[in-house]
Amino acid sequence: MAWGPIILTAKLALVTTIILLVISVPLAYWLAYSKSRIKPVVETLVSMPLVLPPTVLGFYLLIAFSPGNALGSWLQDWLGIRLIFSFSGLVLGSVIYSLPFMVNPIQSGLASLPTSLTEASYILGKSKIKTLFSVLLPNIKPSLLTGIVLAFAHTVGEFGVVLMIGGNIPEKTKVVSIAIYDEVEALNYDNANTYSLILFITTFLVLLSVYLINGGHLKRFWK
Amino acid sequence: MIEAYVHKKLHTANGEMLLDIQLRIEKGQFVTLYGSSGAGKTSTLRILAGLLSADKGKIVLNGNTWLDTDNKIDITPQKRRIGYVFQDYALFPNMTVRKNLEYALEKGQDKNIIKELVDIVELEDLQDRNPETLSGGQKQRVALARALVRTPEVLLLDEPLSALDQKMRSKLQDYILKLHKQYNLTTILVSHDVGEIVKMSDKIYCLEDGIISREGNPITIFTNDRLSGKFQFAGEVIAIVQEEVIYIVTVLVGNNVVKVIAQESEIENLAIGDKVIVASKAFNPVLVKVEE
Repeated sequence: MAWGPIILTAKLALVTTIILLVISVPLAYWLAYSKSRIKPVVETLVSMPLVLPPTVLGFYLLIAFSPGNALGSWLQDWLGIRLIFSFSGLVLGSVIYSLPFMVNPIQSGLASLPTSLTEASYILGKSKIKTLFSVLLPNIKPSLLTGIVLAFAHTVGEFGVVLMIGGNIPEKTKVVSIAIYDEVEALNYDNANTYSLILFITTFLVLLSVYLINGGHLKRFWK
Repeated sequence: MIEAYVHKKLHTANGEMLLDIQLRIEKGQFVTLYGSSGAGKTSTLRILAGLLSADKGKIVLNGNTWLDTDNKIDITPQKRRIGYVFQDYALFPNMTVRKNLEYALEKGQDKNIIKELVDIVELEDLQDRNPETLSGGQKQRVALARALVRTPEVLLLDEPLSALDQKMRSKLQDYILKLHKQYNLTTILVSHDVGEIVKMSDKIYCLEDGIISREGNPITIFTNDRLSGKFQFAGEVIAIVQEEVIYIVTVLVGNNVVKVIAQESEIENLAIGDKVIVASKAFNPVLVKVEE
């Protein structure tokens, strides 16, 4: 068994989660408070990866970013970025694919806060940004934690998108879920078992910690 | 002085209602918006604070225009510099009492104001507590203090005492009056408690279905001008008993039970639970100094 796929998976999940956190907070904020007409459309797009087969998403990303197409060749010629069969492509695919797992908890957390908290902060002269970071986000820590952990765990577990857009290049795009498939194909059941067990235990521990913390069992450590 | 005119179509539980209000409040006045729920009291307060937009309106405070829909002026709540106490107190759960107060400080503002307010509303022992561990009355005091940290000229109170019992209410009314005087505030209170209004306000606006039906001195309003008494207390009838040819009406004034003799003609329209004013004029009161 090689450590490469495990490190790659951890790296992918970490980078994806950080990027997701940065883009999901403003997106969830907008979804929670906006009265815009296009909100249902945006909500639908954000939630699509929940039901869409990952291969569909992977397929379209593959088509869009292939150097044979306008977008793909533009990215490659002007920015020097190649998104297919590369780590950056994996990150992009994972970000889109795990978006609802980060956005939905944050959005419902924000929506559950009484509006008087926001209004009180405004009346005390504080800006929207200050209110978001000093009042709103600190009061939805459990939602933030749920979003972070679910996005991380979901990225660790993805297969279809990665296979379509990243292929199976060792050290570059070969993550654990693909390595398992690979080992099984090559009849190396022992290796497949080791990888699988690592994923099984990690996901179990990660999710368990969320339930322990959000259920209040570990409240004294998380304040 | 506050001069305000607001006009807004509201969507309420009973369908659409047109809010059309004109207020004129002198500096330092204590004014109450009175009316049944759904009459537009809270909406008026929210429009004054800038939390709700008006379809048409103009609000001017001491020469500063906060809202002028004709000239597209609408100052944000942040810049109106008012104090506002919410019905649910709106204390930030992630901050201690002390941090809640400090959050309200403006950049570079002197911290002494917090100590001063903490002293007035007696919060010394509660400063490190989290809001969720406080009782209703304690939360209310924190909310009051927090609203005044920025030293606003105007204090808006949205039914701040409705969730409290009678004893706590009366104590908090005293705190509010004390703060009102000490900081020379112009205060607007939303309330439908007659006793509270008579005790606290200089002027009352009665709202009915979005318009002001009556305005003026609370006693005059609540007694329809029939009274010119020197001592007046608002209370609630708790018993009416016939004794020979007269009636004894028992009235709860604050925490005190008062018995009043009444003629048959006077009790004709009275029922238990009615709000009444107990007044007296034809006697010479005696003053006795209270030894402390």
